[in-house]
Amino acid sequence: MAASAPLPPATHPPVGPTARSGAPAIRAERLEVRYRDKFVWRNASFEVEHGEFVAVIGPNGAGKTTLFRMLLGLHWPSAGSLSVLGSAPHRGNARIGYVPQRHTIDRETHLECDKLVRLGFPGTRWGPGDRFRPTVWGPRLRLEAERDAAAQVLADVGASDLGSKSLGSLSGGELQRVFLAEALVGNPEMLLLDEPLSNLDLRRSRELVETIHGLVQARGVTTLLVAHDINPMIKCLDKVIYIANGRVATGRPSDVLTSESLSALYGVHVEVLRDSRNNIVIVGGEDDHGEEGA
Amino acid sequence: MSGSAAGPGFNWNIVTDLRSMLAFEFMRNAFEAGTIIAILAGIIGYFVVLRRASFATHALGHTGFSGAAGAVLLGVQPVYGLLVFTIATASGMAFLGNRATNRDVEIGTVLAFALGLGLLFLSLYKGYATEAYSILFGEVLGISASGVSFTFWTSLIVLAVLAMIYRPLLFASLDEDVAEAKGLPMLALNLAFMVMLAVTISIAVQIIGVLLIFALMVTPAAIAVRLTKRPLTAVLVSVSVALSATWLGLFISWYEPYPVSFFIVTIAFALYVIVRVGKALRTDASPRLFASHPHDAGPT
Repeated sequence: MAASAPLPPATHPPVGPTARSGAPAIRAERLEVRYRDKFVWRNASFEVEHGEFVAVIGPNGAGKTTLFRMLLGLHWPSAGSLSVLGSAPHRGNARIGYVPQRHTIDRETHLECDKLVRLGFPGTRWGPGDRFRPTVWGPRLRLEAERDAAAQVLADVGASDLGSKSLGSLSGGELQRVFLAEALVGNPEMLLLDEPLSNLDLRRSRELVETIHGLVQARGVTTLLVAHDINPMIKCLDKVIYIANGRVATGRPSDVLTSESLSALYGVHVEVLRDSRNNIVIVGGEDDHGEEGA
Repeated sequence: MSGSAAGPGFNWNIVTDLRSMLAFEFMRNAFEAGTIIAILAGIIGYFVVLRRASFATHALGHTGFSGAAGAVLLGVQPVYGLLVFTIATASGMAFLGNRATNRDVEIGTVLAFALGLGLLFLSLYKGYATEAYSILFGEVLGISASGVSFTFWTSLIVLAVLAMIYRPLLFASLDEDVAEAKGLPMLALNLAFMVMLAVTISIAVQIIGVLLIFALMVTPAAIAVRLTKRPLTAVLVSVSVALSATWLGLFISWYEPYPVSFFIVTIAFALYVIVRVGKALRTDASPRLFASHPHDAGPT
């Protein structure tokens, strides 16, 4: 397992042009989403500011991944308005880095991690590969620049030593770091991370959260992270988007994660319990959340 | 091929041996077609392995069988029937999405129906046994000069398309969700790949037959991904293995009274076993053998 490496100085532009214009990173107004004929959630209005670290929480099937798909321009809202980084969501937004919930990569994938990360650069380029093009000098420079940039993002996520390893040989935590590096290629202004902590034990979850939080601080990248358990990251969060029962509640964790707020969201009594270490356990919703952290 | 080319005895002078066998047009045609198909199958096979589309490949071969049998019944070249049926089936799979290639039950159902349909077509045709044999197990020594030409130009088109979409296809094959989010046209890429696969299978069947298609389409690439973690190197290794199996198979069949397909399959299988055993022995020497599943959470 790669240890959490100290992050380099913030050499990346901390904010994008939309930040300078004053628009929030995400603005949703009376947003409504359907999947086929079924409402997923409705009447959601919230804003996410630039450089915020936001957890998206809710029971299975609540529509957390659907929110990401809308931000990526892969799913359209049935009503309301949504702007991402100052414009309407659209496919292929290079300003967004994405780590999906389900990767097709498994232990049978015999490919260097470095190759996957570098695919983020040329993966969407068409035509013969650079090394087959007749011109040599330009492409070679670009290949070297890509190699250096890939090495940099791997270092940023504490995975420098994984570059030459096979994807199929990595542990769950190591894989998530490589996926994170892949998402960081191209220096995005926003990161969407769909359940990167699933299948990780508590220690590795916290290590990964520390890395992500470091990226948020060093790069100023707006980050939304879908998780089932909020405890590993609760101290780092700026905001929570809680989706349940077809409704969405947003705000600071201390405001949203209360018995009153979640009872109103679920429409039934929900108890939010805190232990001596301020770990949260939510009891009484459709799907209980939180674990007693160590 | 149902028997050997029955040439003169092997005399350990490779140049003389090759010269004597290449004096015959049917052997020249077989080597030319075999070389072209091995290169194409080795390259496309890498994507088959990467996309876990082995069973889909197997099924496409079987649907091709019914197409070839139908073509024989209609009195046209089997390869045209193969192309029509495999492209139609491959397009259907592409429209269902990349993950459809992993739907074993649906594919198996279509596969069984295709075989039954092929059997019906062959039973309606008088030359049943010979035609069925060549479609099922290949007939590389029966390829004509025009067949070689058709194979060459068809392969060239497939390789040209692949050169244009290589990187996006690699990205989409490895990481479908991220590729989609990056704006790649997934349906078009799936369709392009499946049609390329269908065409490759259709012409590879001439050598290896529908039942042994794995030997050229899957085994070389399966060997390659176990030897290297780099895509381009893996493609080169895959092509090398496919070429070695095809050339050696043709060479040996010149001296032995057994089918070419058998030798190709046996050589490919032997190489696969050697690589797997070699890798297992290396792994055995490392502590990883005793480690937990690589994707499991590690010890705390």
